[in-house]
Amino acid sequence: MSQTTDATARSQPLLRVENLVKHFPIRRGIIIQRQVGAVRAVDGVSLHIYPGETLGLVGESGCGKSTLGRTIVRLYKPTRGRVLLRVHNGNGRAQEVDLTDLKGKELRRMRRHIQMVFQDPYASLNPRMSVGQIIAEPLLVHGIGSPQEREERVKELLTLVGLRPSHISRYPHEFSGGQRQRIGIARALALQPDFIVLDEPISALDVSIQAQVVNLLQELQQKFRLTYLFIAHDLSMVRHISDRTAVMYLGKIVELADRDELYQHPLHPYTKALLSAVPVPDPKKEREKQREILQGDVPSPVNPPSGCRFRTRCPLAEAVCAEREPELREVAPRHWVACHLI
Amino acid sequence: MDAQTAVLDIRDLRTEFVTEEGVVHAVNGISYRLHQGQTIGVVGESGSGKSVSVLSVLRLLPSPPARIVGGEVWFKGQDLLKLPEKEMRRIRGKEIAMIFQDPMTSLNPVLTIGFQIMEPLMLHLHMGKKEARERAIELLHMVGIPEPQKRVDDYPHQFSGGMRQRAMIAMALACQPTVLIADEPTTALDVTIQAQIVDLVKRLRDELGMALIWITHDLGVVAGLADRVIVMYAGLIMEDAPVDELYEHPQHPYTRALLRSLPRMDEEAGRPLETIEGLPPDLLQMPQGCPFAPRCTYVRPECRTQRPPLVEIQPGHRVACWVDLETGALRS
Repeated sequence: MSQTTDATARSQPLLRVENLVKHFPIRRGIIIQRQVGAVRAVDGVSLHIYPGETLGLVGESGCGKSTLGRTIVRLYKPTRGRVLLRVHNGNGRAQEVDLTDLKGKELRRMRRHIQMVFQDPYASLNPRMSVGQIIAEPLLVHGIGSPQEREERVKELLTLVGLRPSHISRYPHEFSGGQRQRIGIARALALQPDFIVLDEPISALDVSIQAQVVNLLQELQQKFRLTYLFIAHDLSMVRHISDRTAVMYLGKIVELADRDELYQHPLHPYTKALLSAVPVPDPKKEREKQREILQGDVPSPVNPPSGCRFRTRCPLAEAVCAEREPELREVAPRHWVACHLI
Repeated sequence: MDAQTAVLDIRDLRTEFVTEEGVVHAVNGISYRLHQGQTIGVVGESGSGKSVSVLSVLRLLPSPPARIVGGEVWFKGQDLLKLPEKEMRRIRGKEIAMIFQDPMTSLNPVLTIGFQIMEPLMLHLHMGKKEARERAIELLHMVGIPEPQKRVDDYPHQFSGGMRQRAMIAMALACQPTVLIADEPTTALDVTIQAQIVDLVKRLRDELGMALIWITHDLGVVAGLADRVIVMYAGLIMEDAPVDELYEHPQHPYTRALLRSLPRMDEEAGRPLETIEGLPPDLLQMPQGCPFAPRCTYVRPECRTQRPPLVEIQPGHRVACWVDLETGALRS
């Protein structure tokens, strides 16, 4: 790639998500099923992800962050909206491909560029397949290499993620949680993707193992210039790993900014409450801290509140918040917030 | 430490599980005292024996496979491990209550929330149905359930996760226990709900003057809650110190490494995380020496052959390590 194209590639997003909506129908009836409602898991999300960056996505359970990740890699078909991925074709030029309506062969071809690592290392590896088979499967599906070449590649990948090439014939149950997550990462890397969605990749792991996996992810990112969407509920870990951070609440992005800006100058009342709720491993600071405690629970995504979805728990809510839905606006350079009161 | 004010005195507790593969050494001789009104945080990773140790105290583990193979647990002048089951039932829920990690699986789905709170009141305090119901409503109000007169007849599935945990707390506090044991009560909850629950337990602890054991893997949560923190690894206590001392001057290599492996919101972002290489030991074959030795950066030859005893290096600060981290010399 020449320098000029590289420079333009850097300023252009690798992935564009436009007004993405994913609703899951709620059906009733035994033989004739009627749709009686919908879980509005993702309800109009737009964001750009740039080459080489890590976008952290935080939110509480049920906010739609995992659904967003899965819809981006097209494990789910979007209800509305678009997902566009920039891919390089053979002659060094990049072109944007709309993933939204792809099917079958074409979708599979795009999956070479976009991969996913799942939360539960126990549920995401087939217990009947050997590690070699698991990691080689993407290569097999895409018809890459001869059996020997694939075996070589699998051994190389195992070394890359900190496991031994001799582990190739073992089965998932012989590994610990952290090692299994390494296998999941090796599988995601097999096709040399540009972009990986990491859906809570460390939350099932013990504290002393989390750091190992996070460091590995960062090393791999530098080595292969990977772009990450890092989804997690652990705010301190997201702060550690991300370049920019987005906060989601009930299917919407409420705030998006550069990492330090978001954590040091949060603007949205939800972001503020979320950050203040995180306990810090320092007893003195914990004692002095004025914690902002949110009242109540997250409302149901089947029937979200009118206007601003956070208004039912927001300490600042006013009449306007119930009437109109706030748009995500750029209130400072690169700092986006969806709140009427800012 | 003064033995007279200790409400719970655990001495050399050992618990094993007999499995097909062999004997799992889950708790390998732990001793500590809980004083009146005190809060102890017990921190450890999965398999460290933190939950098994308190479940052993209340004798809640099914046997087989579990068996308590040694130790004493002194509570109000009696050794709980020697009590007949009938007497033990009078202690559980009344004197020592427990709240669990998963409020969905620890509440009975076919009984109303109200009935489950009334049950200990009628059983232990011999209240009549009407009185117990009144008290249940009061308790639900105390733990912050809105409209308790209505919600008392709800079933667990009608409550959200945070509300279920509140109902569990109401149940545990029904008989005003002397000791409350909380086993990872906020692990399944979101941070904003965790903050609500921690705040609630703190308030109730202070109002009722209970002693509290809070088990967690999260070093952040106990920092603001505990008076003393015990760090467990492979069924053993590695370090036990007053909360400020533990976070400021950790004296065990494991505690140190654990604290450094955490990303922290109160520090500059992007510092590379220190890792603890390797894995915890296989509890089927407990190593002869220090169980942390294979992963320890300070390791000495003697660490692999002899298990370091838990010794008091300063008043109230106990460490199980052969190496003095301040000087790098061996402890005599």
